[in-house]
Amino acid sequence: MSTAAYPTSWRPPPAFFGTRTRQHAAVIAALLYVVWSVSTLNVDVNRALAGFGRAVDLFVRMVPPDFSRGELLVRGMVESLQMAFAATLAGVVLSVPLGIAAARNLAPRPVYLAARGLIVVGRTFHEVIIAIFFVKLFGFGAVAGLLTLAFHSVIFLAKMLAEDIENVRVGPIEAVRATGAGFLQVVVYSVVPQVLTRSVGTAIYRLDANVRHSTVVGIVGAGGIGQTLSASFSRYDYDFAAAILLCIIALVALGEWFSDWVRAKLR
Amino acid sequence: MAAAREAPAQGGAGPLLAIEGLAKVYPGGTRALDGVSFLVDRPEVIAVIGSSGAGKSTLIRCINRLVEPTAGRVLLGGTDIVGLGTKDLRQARRRIGMIFQEFNLVDRLTVMENLLSGRLGSVGFFASWLRRYPPQDVANAFAMLDRVGLSGLHDSRADALSGGQRQRVGIGRALMQNPDLLLVDEPTASLDPKTARQIMRLIRALAEERATPALVNIHDVALAQGFADRVIGLKAGKVAFDGPSTGLTPEVLTEIYGAEDWSQTIRREDEEEAGA
Ligand SMILES: Nc1ncnc2c1ncn2[C@@H]1O[C@H](COP(=O)(O)OP(=O)(O)OP(=O)(O)O)[C@@H](O)[C@H]1O
Ligand SMILES: [Mg+2]
Repeated sequence: MSTAAYPTSWRPPPAFFGTRTRQHAAVIAALLYVVWSVSTLNVDVNRALAGFGRAVDLFVRMVPPDFSRGELLVRGMVESLQMAFAATLAGVVLSVPLGIAAARNLAPRPVYLAARGLIVVGRTFHEVIIAIFFVKLFGFGAVAGLLTLAFHSVIFLAKMLAEDIENVRVGPIEAVRATGAGFLQVVVYSVVPQVLTRSVGTAIYRLDANVRHSTVVGIVGAGGIGQTLSASFSRYDYDFAAAILLCIIALVALGEWFSDWVRAKLR
Repeated sequence: MAAAREAPAQGGAGPLLAIEGLAKVYPGGTRALDGVSFLVDRPEVIAVIGSSGAGKSTLIRCINRLVEPTAGRVLLGGTDIVGLGTKDLRQARRRIGMIFQEFNLVDRLTVMENLLSGRLGSVGFFASWLRRYPPQDVANAFAMLDRVGLSGLHDSRADALSGGQRQRVGIGRALMQNPDLLLVDEPTASLDPKTARQIMRLIRALAEERATPALVNIHDVALAQGFADRVIGLKAGKVAFDGPSTGLTPEVLTEIYGAEDWSQTIRREDEEEAGA
């Protein structure tokens, strides 16, 4: 068969902006924008260089790390861990009703919309902002931190749960409903078995995340090791700060390893 | 509860099942059912045939209101199911067993849990959650497992079974309800021809044993003729044929499905009768 009449070259059509010319124009426009943005930011080279100098100084003063105030260190770490555990537990318990309410295929329309709205609003605010808010309400300390992490855990876990529920097979739900089962029975017999493994995995992941976040929220005064860290920085105790940072790294690594291990077991 | 085990509870008055002017218009505007009426006055196996989109699944799902009918009445032993509130609807659904093409077992649960889920309408929430079923239900479930040919598999997970075995569990679950009516939506479409016949035979035998009428959606005309007493042909949401399965002539099939050479299909039916 002769193919002489057919073209010998072919390129895929441009994925964005319709034509190739317009695509090039868009790329050039984006580059120009970056150049313009940087030029308006007044990046002061001298200041940046001074920062590097101070960084060297800071690191020098960090070694050797000072582990002598072990008691303070341990107390901060334990408080952070307790915050993470309690917040995860509260999150798991409270996220179940919220997650079900936010699942399109289970909840009536008004309930679904209200629950989704709550989740969207809750996710808008970063942990640190919520922590500042709770510190204002409840004063400095672990209570504010715990509530911050719990609040975020509920929102996060509920969102994940709702999405898992929306992805379950409807067949088994219909079959159980067709036996004359009530709403809770339908949930327990057809939804729970389908989402349980994934949900346990998500909860473990959240525990790991809460361990990390518990070290951050302390910086705005919400208790835990973060608060100890922030205090040590403001007192220029850089060698103690270094010890705290090393412990946080160890803790977070341990949390991540544990989370990976459990989730691998679940599969 | 136990008294109703042997004979289907019909409440005396009225036929087992009466469908009157049933209509369904889906939100998109599709008129899937358009004034369907028929009567079931004795326990028989009824095949519902018709081309894809004729409304077979919609009909079956309107009867237990997995799909809400737009108009018409569904009388089960004299009670109109269409008007029932949530609680009464649950009671009515207990009396209607359903079997699905995709089996619709809960994969991660055991065979036993899937069978016992047929009792959910009769067992309280906490008892069912904790898997504390009445001893009689447990005994019935073991007997059912035996009856559908799966003895010993009670602790297997549903997703560890073959298609034919899953459908047997599906049948067992529906019959655990001691239904007064069986709704069956293409029970064999996901199975090989041999398993398909075994499954149809099982459904037929169980429906006969328990004197339970069964409404079976089915694409395979030969299978319908072989295992049903009566055939209802749907065409564009209307009843195009309603009569004994022996009445399925080429003319009738053309009426239901449109023009086609039916000699192959009919001949297979003759073989069926010879071989039975
Ligand atoms: N959930 C739905 N929403 C909108 N339209 C639907 C829905 N379910 C079914 N339909 C439409 O209703 C009509 C009847 O569908 P139905 O599933 O009852 O047909 P069927 O006879 O069971 O077909 P098949 O043999 O392919 O299973 C079809 O036109 C279909 O597109
Ligand atoms: Mg169908």
